[in-house]
Amino acid sequence: MSTAARVSKDALEPAKGGLDAVDRGLIAATQAGLPLSPRPYHVLAAGLGVPAEEVMQRLQRMQAAGVIRRIGAVPNHYALGYRANGMSVWDVPDESVNELGRRVGALDFVSHCYHRPRHLPLWPYNLFAMVHGKSREEVEDKVARIAGLLGDANHGHTVLYSTRILKKMGLRIGT
Amino acid sequence: MDELDRAIINELQGGFPVCERPYAVVAERLGTDEYKLLARLYRMREQGVLSRFGPMYHAERLGGALTLCAMQVPEQEFERVADYVNDFPEVAHNYARDHALNMWFVLATETPERISEVIDAIEARSGYPVYNMPKIEEYFVGLRFEA
Repeated sequence: MSTAARVSKDALEPAKGGLDAVDRGLIAATQAGLPLSPRPYHVLAAGLGVPAEEVMQRLQRMQAAGVIRRIGAVPNHYALGYRANGMSVWDVPDESVNELGRRVGALDFVSHCYHRPRHLPLWPYNLFAMVHGKSREEVEDKVARIAGLLGDANHGHTVLYSTRILKKMGLRIGT
Repeated sequence: MDELDRAIINELQGGFPVCERPYAVVAERLGTDEYKLLARLYRMREQGVLSRFGPMYHAERLGGALTLCAMQVPEQEFERVADYVNDFPEVAHNYARDHALNMWFVLATETPERISEVIDAIEARSGYPVYNMPKIEEYFVGLRFEA
């Protein structure tokens, strides 16, 4: 990992999740987002009492370690007109779920794809793929493409549409 | 939303630089200037066009835990159970869905142990089972929405 050489030994000390107090301070300071100021990392650094260079190194290290998936914008998909959101769920053989999951996850219209446990007899599905579209028809078309990809490995599927948002808030991560 | 707003959304879903003046770098790519970009981001965040702008953290790698839960709740009990479930700060979001399992929520907790505590409390209080569906494997997370 190329960034590891540039960070101090302290920053690599094992802590909760491999993070130290400064990392956790940085996470807390960015929970609501990045400062909208020309030098956002300097603003964070001033708040934490560390050099801006260190803030940037820590963010890069957390990104390299996968603690930060990415830095960027998450649009509200409803605001962009993606109002039909279908959770497609599939019953596929456990021995091929990894191979199939990777292929379904690679489709450009699938936003989340996971292997999850069945709860028989009520819930026979073990592969989840979230599909977004501007209409239900668009979602159904995309679900049909997944069905085509799975072929005989698909032992049954359904699509669950959300009918109401009961609660929605950003993830709050303890620091 | 105009063309610049759309261009900003499409550009920033891909990632944001870590450098001294990152907004200036992105503005140059978009053919605009730093202050205009900041003003647009501020407005889109205020209006809720952007749900979030900043680092996206991986909860499990921070020592926390996430799981997806589902419940089958009779219609006449639905609001009561929804209120009770939503009262837990660990419930990040909760959707009604058109299926026998009609309530689906995500739990995000600071520790893995807390997941089962919350589930036990919801089951005890509501009187209905919670079907816990933690991910066994993650194949893909993320999506670029074309603005």
